[in-house]
Amino acid sequence: MPEQRVVEPEHLILEAPRERKFITGSQAFAEAVKRANVDIAIAYPITPQSETMHLVGDLFAQGYVKDYYRAEEEYGAMSAIAGAVRGGARAFSATSGPGLLRGLEAIVSWPGHRIPVVLGIMTRVVNAPLSIQPDNVEIAYLLHSGLVVLHAENQQDVFDFTLAGFPISEKVDVYLPVVVATEGFFVTHAKGYVELPPEDMKLPPRDPYKAPVPPTDCEIPPARIQRDAPVQKSNFMSYLIHAVWQQEVWSANRRAMKWIYHYLGGPIEVVNPKADVFIVASGCAAAQGREAQRYAEQEGLNVGLIKVKSLRPFPEKEIREALKNAKAVIVPEHNIVGWLAKEVKAVIPNSGIVVDGPRVYGGMTLPVELIMEEIYKALGIKRERTYA
Amino acid sequence: MKRYNIRIAGVGGQGVVTSAHILGNAMSAAGKYASLVPFFGSEKRMAPVEAYVRASDQPIYEVGEVVYPNVIMIYHPQVITHGKSYTMPFYTGLKPNGMVIINSDADIIPDEDKKVLEELNARIFMIPATQIARDIAGTELATNMAMIGLFFGITKLVTLEHIEKALIERFLGGSFVASGGTTALDSAIEKKFKKKQELLAKNMEVIKYTIKMAEENKWVEEEEEKVAT
Repeated sequence: MPEQRVVEPEHLILEAPRERKFITGSQAFAEAVKRANVDIAIAYPITPQSETMHLVGDLFAQGYVKDYYRAEEEYGAMSAIAGAVRGGARAFSATSGPGLLRGLEAIVSWPGHRIPVVLGIMTRVVNAPLSIQPDNVEIAYLLHSGLVVLHAENQQDVFDFTLAGFPISEKVDVYLPVVVATEGFFVTHAKGYVELPPEDMKLPPRDPYKAPVPPTDCEIPPARIQRDAPVQKSNFMSYLIHAVWQQEVWSANRRAMKWIYHYLGGPIEVVNPKADVFIVASGCAAAQGREAQRYAEQEGLNVGLIKVKSLRPFPEKEIREALKNAKAVIVPEHNIVGWLAKEVKAVIPNSGIVVDGPRVYGGMTLPVELIMEEIYKALGIKRERTYA
Repeated sequence: MKRYNIRIAGVGGQGVVTSAHILGNAMSAAGKYASLVPFFGSEKRMAPVEAYVRASDQPIYEVGEVVYPNVIMIYHPQVITHGKSYTMPFYTGLKPNGMVIINSDADIIPDEDKKVLEELNARIFMIPATQIARDIAGTELATNMAMIGLFFGITKLVTLEHIEKALIERFLGGSFVASGGTTALDSAIEKKFKKKQELLAKNMEVIKYTIKMAEENKWVEEEEEKVAT
């Protein structure tokens, strides 16, 4: 391992020269952790996450990560993460599908406990029948808990979102966990080009005293809430304590937005802003949408793409603005419930223009051709099915 | 933009996945783009295997299996005759004006399938790849080389040098030290290395043969017509 020098997050994330590497999504997670000055990583293995945490284990062996262990299972892993972060450490963990749901009770308590941490999610089918394929319905479970949730389209996003996740989560006005989700296998086990800053640089160590509440003060939240839980109080005190604290968590979540602009260039990316028909997508579906947008452009069709990088905070204003002249909105997704389509419908005044789909589930491929069919339909172009 | 979405169907042991990697590596060596999808099934000898490669002179965004290919490569006749495939019939999803490359020494396409392929205006290339591999490399294990040789012979996406570079990467990998000094290599490594080099040379011969085959039969694709913009 090379001697690493501490540089400002702005330098490492935004300015440092970058070199192009051809790596898997799992490697991209590890490359980010390598440069993030992580104190401890704790996880329990599950496909397709195992490869990432194996690589992070290698980083521990090489000296990049100070401590590492395999927990007893996900509930234990995610609880231990909270403990480590409370103790002042910078921590990383990752999980997938059923593992995420097993750890969920601990994970959704992180925002209320103000645990700044980065959690990688490599999506995988949940519910029965059992499968290891990359359906992403599990992301829906994360959207209502106060977590900052970023959704990576490709290996480059995995690296950028994970590295930026640490300073975003630790900002005093945010101080929340950041989830970096991406599709299992499609991104984690496939290679893509990633521009990487030098590996002899790392983020400054976490400063636990730079916090909205002094870590040692037990008389104010969140420690006070732990010691004197509302459950021990009268009903009215319970209502009040929980209500004001959840308000504060969600305000903090919205405050993360300016840092998403600062480190990641904003919560959305718009291709062809003057389009008539837009594809709105996140994660891998955005890659398929990007391909469809290019095909459509080659056919002379006025189609645009809005890639949603940040699911929480949700870019309500940005999406409303970008879609104000849209005639139709296509929302391709890798799950059966259509959580993104619902989010998009909720933030525009004319939700009738949103096409529910195309959707694939069970983790299957989302063919670009399915998106193209919706584009033709939206533009009133009659086309025969053109494949066998 | 030249874009090939390729589905390769064969049976376990034929080097379907290996040749997908070589295809991708050759594109990368040529400074172009390729992506491949690893298939997560239970692989075993003579069981169906599929691999998917996307190759282009432009960056590739989409991921996942190729459901609607414009190139289908059939490595084993039993894919068609015995239905040894995850995709039935073998041409499922083929786009118009695509191509199908089949390893067979006899015409094995049923008449009804031929009609469908005709309607799609598909170009069909049938070559005895296993026979070619046996004759030239002395092993049918080089069947996959004959197949990718023909693909590159038809498409001219990369040069012979790029293919060789891809083969070196695949078969010699990290062990290839051009200026290593022979004293540094003990005899065992040397022997192994020599064997690998022989393998490489034989594979290249097979590839050269099918590239020439494409040229002699005038199967080489014409340059894309310039589209006025």
